[in-house]
Amino acid sequence: MHERTTRVRRSVAAVATVTLIGTLASCGGSDGGSSAPGVTATTITIGTHQPLTGPAAAGYSSISPATKAYFDYVNSKGGVHGRTISYEIKDDGYNPANTQKVVRELVLKDKVFAIVNGLGTPTHTGVLDFLKTNKVPDLFVASGSRNWNQVDKYPTTFGFQADYTTETKVQATYIKENLADKKVCFLGQDDDFGRDALRGLTQVLGEDGVAERQKYVTSNTNVAPQIGKLKAAGCEVVSLATVPGFTALAVGTAARLKFQPQWISASVGADLNTVGAALGDAAPLLEGFLSTNYLPSAFDDQDPWIKLFKQVNTDFNKNAPFTGNTVYGMTVGYLFVQALEQTGKDLTREGLMETIEKGGLDGSGLGELRYSPDDHAGYGGVRMAKVTGTSQDYFGPTYATDDGDTPVKEYTEDPTVPPADGIPAA
Amino acid sequence: MLDALSRSTLLRHTLMTVAAGAAVFALTFALSPYRNYQLATMAAYLCATAGLTVLVGLSGQLSLGHGALMAVGAYTYALVATELGDRGTTGPLLLVLPLLAAVVVTAFAGGVVGLAGARLFGPYLAGLTLTLTIVVPAITTTFADQLGGDQGLSVLVEPAPARLGATFPLERWQAWIASLAALVTMFLLANLVASRFGRDMRAVRDDEVAARLAGINVQRTKVVVFTVSAATAGLGGGVLAILTQSVSPGGFSLAFSLFLLMAVVIGGVGHLAGAVWGALLLVALPEITDSLADSIGSSPELAERLDGNLSLAVFGLVLILVTILFPRGIQGVVAAVTRRLRSRVHPAPASEVPPITTSSESIDA
Repeated sequence: MHERTTRVRRSVAAVATVTLIGTLASCGGSDGGSSAPGVTATTITIGTHQPLTGPAAAGYSSISPATKAYFDYVNSKGGVHGRTISYEIKDDGYNPANTQKVVRELVLKDKVFAIVNGLGTPTHTGVLDFLKTNKVPDLFVASGSRNWNQVDKYPTTFGFQADYTTETKVQATYIKENLADKKVCFLGQDDDFGRDALRGLTQVLGEDGVAERQKYVTSNTNVAPQIGKLKAAGCEVVSLATVPGFTALAVGTAARLKFQPQWISASVGADLNTVGAALGDAAPLLEGFLSTNYLPSAFDDQDPWIKLFKQVNTDFNKNAPFTGNTVYGMTVGYLFVQALEQTGKDLTREGLMETIEKGGLDGSGLGELRYSPDDHAGYGGVRMAKVTGTSQDYFGPTYATDDGDTPVKEYTEDPTVPPADGIPAA
Repeated sequence: MLDALSRSTLLRHTLMTVAAGAAVFALTFALSPYRNYQLATMAAYLCATAGLTVLVGLSGQLSLGHGALMAVGAYTYALVATELGDRGTTGPLLLVLPLLAAVVVTAFAGGVVGLAGARLFGPYLAGLTLTLTIVVPAITTTFADQLGGDQGLSVLVEPAPARLGATFPLERWQAWIASLAALVTMFLLANLVASRFGRDMRAVRDDEVAARLAGINVQRTKVVVFTVSAATAGLGGGVLAILTQSVSPGGFSLAFSLFLLMAVVIGGVGHLAGAVWGALLLVALPEITDSLADSIGSSPELAERLDGNLSLAVFGLVLILVTILFPRGIQGVVAAVTRRLRSRVHPAPASEVPPITTSSESIDA
């Protein structure tokens, strides 16, 4: 009897408690929304997700510090329209599940104004819907996937890089003109990155033009089976859609298997400093390594953009090793500041995106940014580069094309020059 | 009224569930979108930890594979939702049917594992379930065309119903869905635990030979519990897919499966209330350690190294401490404290025999 009443009392007490908590909680207020989250009179808070650790950290982990360094440079000169930029960098380890978590933290908890340069095709693809639902500007995504240019589906997302399809269309054009009788093969990441890259190759060379196609996953660092198959197929030219760590793995593994094809890599996996560092003593294997890129070469000391970025790197980035990733990160920073300057003092999310769609941004790219109300693709100009000794230099003309059926054409405009103080004008 | 309450377990559980539902419902209006998202995540975890605590604590079967079972649920949800979306299904059906499919498919997978597992003991069963967790990434990579490899699949989720208003936060809607799933899970499991089958489970856990002599079908009991536990994990996985709008193998790593088990043990294994503590810890501990890492990490490099790793270390430390100091977990501590408080208010009659801890006592708390 006693036990029974105790149990009843316990239940009633429990019910009463939860009801009380409920009543108390419902008395709480809801938060009022301001017109531009993350923006105050003196600050703008933006965020990004980056692989500071994990399989893609090699090279890419130095992009966000470079972007931050450029922001710090702008902040040191008074910021943009009186506001300083605060750049929240979250590590997702190149794991899509982590990206989900950190981007929600940035948007819902830290209330950032925009996500800038979120890195990675597999990682960023998973947060597109979330960012769209929350109407967060998703600017200059750090990946060349075609996913970012879907204006109807994801109106707040903007690309930045020359997309992989554009890059490989230019590669394929080069192959057609210079390596015509060679057997062409492909090694790519098993996601939209690899698929988009292969698409450009087959578009120009034809389905039969790419003899052997192999793919890898970042969770498995043994690429010997894939390289073995490429060797067995007698490949003479291998186009790579790989992150830097896997470019190094592919080149290193191939050398061990006595397989030395002509490599042609997409820009994201081709930075000489990054891949060379990963290869260590085996770095000379990269001699003659071909790649495409759309930003000035980090080795070109005469380029005015490189001069500017080197100065910023010395003053605000603790003189970190200056690589293609540094150029990349600072160009992103420049573009964002330019967009803010052009939007003006009265800053809203919609206003910023309208500015970008107007097409007034330039930055350091070899070609033009393709932004318009119906196009959210980034840079459209791509040039071939070659490794000679310890330098990686451009050769031949810059080409322009798109991720669709537009044929590859030479791009003849003059390259852009940064403003004297390195800060874009309003 | 009180008498009826004490006699009818079903009525009592219904009342508790409704009250808890009302409280959570009210709570979602007080929370910011981020906290609602965390609440929803906690509810999704709770579906899995509740099933796991029953499996481990009450039927004595150890599973290191519940993360993998959640992955089965999540991928089932993603595939079914996409298929339905392609056929033009919209509205509540697009939510409920994939969830049901997630539960059924995962229960089936759990049943198959349970059939094999019912013949195994302790570490051997743990080993079997461990392999489940390890093969998940391999399967998603091998069938990359269907399952999307490392990148995973995006999940078709409709926004909150329009009649809730244009400014209604999606996270609150998600918290409702997730909490409802968790409440249903808790309600059904609480009844199962209190039923005759619940007694069978405990009998099997305590002594299989004695249970068999008492006329209990040991194999069947074990398989059924594993199936039920898998079904709840599948539901949890399905809900998680709704919350994140994408599924990828990285979200269901070996570490995640271990975290689930650790959470259940820290919460108080065998108690449904302990599963709530466990789910709370799963959400709260990484957040606390991350902010801790941010505050103590003077150099960015150090903060970077601590980020993500610190929560593993803290979780392990908490597990060790709890196992040594409070072998019955958080719920054991809470129960002991309330018992002491109550006995101070209502001193027990001198004649009453001090409570003896029996195996069946643990589920009543």
